[in-house]
Amino acid sequence: MSAEYVLELRHMSKSFPGVKALDDVSIQVRPGSVHALMGENGAGKSTLMKCIFGIYSPDEGEILLDGKPVKFQNSRQALDGGVSMIHQELLSVPNRSVEENLWLGRYPLRGIGPFKLVDHRKMRADTKALFKNLNMDIDPAVWVSRLSVSKVQSVEIAKAVSYSAKVIIMDEPTSSLTEHEVAHLFGIIRRLRSEGAAIVYISHKMEEILEIADEVSIMRDGRHVGTWPASELTTDVIIKRMVGRDLTHRFPPRSNVPGEVVLKVENFTSAERNSFKDVSFELRKGEILGIGGLVGAKRTELVESIFGLRFVESGVIALRGKEIKIKSPVQAMQDGFSLLTEERRATGIVPMLGVKENMLLANLRRYVGRTGLINEKRGVDDVKKKIADLRIKTPSHRTLIKDLSGGNQQKVLFAKWLLTEPEILILDEPTRGIDVGAKYEIYTIIAELAASGKSIIMISSEMPELIGMSDRIMVMCAGRKTGELDGKTATQEEIMRLAALFE
Amino acid sequence: MATQEPTALGERLNRRAVNDFMLKYAIYFVFVILIIAITVKEPSFMSIENFRNILSMSATRIIIAMGVGGILITGGTDLSAGRQVGLAAVISSSMLQALDYPRRMYPQLGELPLIVPILAAMAVCGLIGLLNGLVVSKLRVPPFIATLGTMVAVYGATSLYFDRPPYGAQPIGGLDRRFTNLGSGYIGFDGTYSIPFIVLIALGIALVVWVLHNKTTFGKNIYAIGGNPEAAKVSGVNVTKNLLIAYTIAGLCYGLAGALEAARTGGATNNYGNGYELDAIAACVVGGVSTSGGIGTVPGMLVGVLIFSVINYGLTFVNMSPYWQQIVKGAIIIAAVALDIRKYLNKR
Repeated sequence: MSAEYVLELRHMSKSFPGVKALDDVSIQVRPGSVHALMGENGAGKSTLMKCIFGIYSPDEGEILLDGKPVKFQNSRQALDGGVSMIHQELLSVPNRSVEENLWLGRYPLRGIGPFKLVDHRKMRADTKALFKNLNMDIDPAVWVSRLSVSKVQSVEIAKAVSYSAKVIIMDEPTSSLTEHEVAHLFGIIRRLRSEGAAIVYISHKMEEILEIADEVSIMRDGRHVGTWPASELTTDVIIKRMVGRDLTHRFPPRSNVPGEVVLKVENFTSAERNSFKDVSFELRKGEILGIGGLVGAKRTELVESIFGLRFVESGVIALRGKEIKIKSPVQAMQDGFSLLTEERRATGIVPMLGVKENMLLANLRRYVGRTGLINEKRGVDDVKKKIADLRIKTPSHRTLIKDLSGGNQQKVLFAKWLLTEPEILILDEPTRGIDVGAKYEIYTIIAELAASGKSIIMISSEMPELIGMSDRIMVMCAGRKTGELDGKTATQEEIMRLAALFE
Repeated sequence: MATQEPTALGERLNRRAVNDFMLKYAIYFVFVILIIAITVKEPSFMSIENFRNILSMSATRIIIAMGVGGILITGGTDLSAGRQVGLAAVISSSMLQALDYPRRMYPQLGELPLIVPILAAMAVCGLIGLLNGLVVSKLRVPPFIATLGTMVAVYGATSLYFDRPPYGAQPIGGLDRRFTNLGSGYIGFDGTYSIPFIVLIALGIALVVWVLHNKTTFGKNIYAIGGNPEAAKVSGVNVTKNLLIAYTIAGLCYGLAGALEAARTGGATNNYGNGYELDAIAACVVGGVSTSGGIGTVPGMLVGVLIFSVINYGLTFVNMSPYWQQIVKGAIIIAAVALDIRKYLNKR
C-alpha cells in the first residue's frame, strides 16, 4: 500500500564553501496535496529542491519517495523516478521550437534498432493534445525566443505537468504570469492535486500561498522552522516565522513631501509596434510615483524610452519646464536620470566583478585624476561610505558581486546610481526576487531618498508595494495609461480594474 | 490598432515580412549576387566546367565544415580540424603508395583494399575527436583551449610519423592509381557532363549529417546543449555523451576529408590541412552558424563553403589579385555575420 507520505526528506544537510545551505531539514509531503515551501532568499528552499531533483547531492540525509529511499545522481533519474520540476530561472532553449523544448530529453522515436529517428508527427500530436488538455493556446512550432515571458513560463508548466510525475516541484512558477494566467495555473494545480499528485510550491507571494496551499513549510537560514496547515496561517504569521522577528509594518513610514513639478512627459508614443502609446504624466520633486499594470503593460518599455534606451515616435519630455531630447543613457544620466533595470542578473550586475567595480561602473569618469588614470583611493572611499550608508552586507568591497544575496546585489546597484547623484531615479521592479527582510530595507532606502528631495518612479507588479510606497499611482494597460490614483486611498481592486482595462 | 488605416498597417506588415524573408535567406542572396557579379565581369564564368571545378574544390571543405559545424552548434569550437586533416592525409597516403614506386614508406606493405587506409585515417581522427570531447566535457577545459592544445600536439605527431628514415621529410608521393582515381575520377559520359566522386561523397556526408541534426535525438540534443546547457541538463539530456558523439563525428569527418584531400592532390606532407579549421569555421559562420551555439543548418554550412570556393575560384577567374581576394573574403565574413545576427536581434 502506498505510504502516508509520497515524499519524505530526512535530516538533509548540504554545505557549500563557507555556507551551510541546509542544516538537518526534515519535511514530509502528502500525496494529493499542495505543499508550500517558504522562506527568505537564501533560506535554502531552492537548494533543497535541487537536492531532490538530482542537481545537487546532499552531504547528509535521506530522500524517500513512496517510502523507498532514492538517490538521484542527475535530473534524468529524478524524472524517471517520478519527480518533475519547474525551474525558477525558466530553463528553455530560446532558438528552438516550443515542442522541441517540451520533449527535450525524451523525444518520441520511431524506427528499428540503433537507427531511431525522432517521430515528428507524434511529437506534434502529443504537443497539441497536451496544450488542449491544459487549455493553453501556444503554437507548438514557434521559437521560444518569440514568446513572451509569461508564455515561456506556461510552456515550462506544461512541460513539468507532462511527465505525469508523482511529485511536481514548482519553484516560483508565477513570477512572470499575469493575474489571469495565475488563476489558470491554479486550476491546473487543483486538478493535479485531485488526481493524486503532490505539488511542492515555492513562492514569495503570500496571497498565492494562502489561496492554493494545503500545508506550508517555512525555512530560515537553512533550517526547517516548521510545517503548518495553511488554514492556520496568515500573511503576518508567515512573515514573522520567515524572518524570525516581528515585522509589524511591511513598509517604513515616509516623511517625503512632494514639491514642484520636476518632470513632465507628454504624449509619449513608442517607435516600436505594439508598445506604449500617448502616455502623459508628471513627477514632482520628492515624490514617489508608482507605475502599476499587468505583465505586458509596456511599463518597462516606457521608462527605458525615457532613459534613452529605446526609440520614441513622438512625445515631449520637459525637465523643470525645459524641453529636452534624450537620445542615449549617457545623456539621460547627464540630465540627472538613473534607471535601475528590471532584470538584475541580465542587465544590472556584472557578476564576475567586485562590489567596488560594480558600484563605480556608471560613474568612473568622476574618479579619473589629473594623471588620466583612475584615483583608486577616492573610489574606494566612496564605495565604503555607500556600503555603510545602505547597510550592504558584504565581506569587503573586493567581494565578487555574484557572491552576495539578491537583496545586497540590489543595494549595490542602488549605490551605483546614487553615486551619479541623480535627481530622478527610475526603479523597475526594485524588489523582485528579494526576500522580505531585504525588501523592507530597500523600501527604507527609497523613502529616505524621497525625503531628501529625489524624485522617484517605481514600477511594481506587487500591488501592496505600490500602495504602501507610492504618493501617486499611475496604472497602465496594454501600452496605454488607464488611470491615476492617490497612493493614500488606492485599493488593490481599483488598481486591478485599471490594469485590466483593455480596449 | 483600431485607429490605424488598414492599408498603412498592411504595408507595414508587408515590409516587415519582406524584411524577415530577406534576413532569413540573406546568405543565399549574397551567394547569387556574387555569382552574378562575377558573370557580368566575365560571362564565360557561367560554364558547367567551372561549376564542376568549384564543386570538386569544395568537396573536402564541405566534409570538414560538417564536422566543425556540429561542434559549433554545441557551443564549442575545434581548432584541431586542419591538423587532423593533415594527419589523415599522411596516414592514408603512406599506406597507399603504388607498389612500383621506389620510395615507399612501407616497402613491405602489400596492396591494401582502398577502404582500409581510409578507415584507418578516420579511426585515428575519430579517437582524437573523442579525446577532444573528453577534455571538453570531463575536464571542462574550454573548447578553444582544448582543441588549441590538440591542434599543436597533432601537428607534432603528424611530423613524427612523417619525418622518418630512410627518406626523412619527403612528400609522400607515388600514390596508388586506385586512390588518386578516387580523388579525381568522376561519374558521367565525359569530363564535362559528370560528377566527381568526391563531390558525391561530400554531398552524401552532408545528407547524413542533415539527417543526424534534424531527425535524431542526438541532433536535437546538440542544439539544446548549445542553446542552453542548463536547460538540456535538467531535461535529462546526457550532455557529456552528446558532446563526445559530436566531437567524435567531427574527427571521423576530418579523417575522411584528409584521405580524400590526399587522393585529390596525389600526395601529402605534414603541413597538409594547415589553416583549414579557420576556413571551415568561417564558412560555417558565413552560412549562419552561431559561434555561441544552438544555431545553424546544414544547407547554410554548404552555402557557406560554396561562397568561399566561388570567391577563390571566381575572383581568380576574373583576374583579381590574390591579395585583394583576401580583403574581399575578410569583408564577407564580417558582413555576413553582421547581417545574419539581425535575425536574432530584431526582437528588441
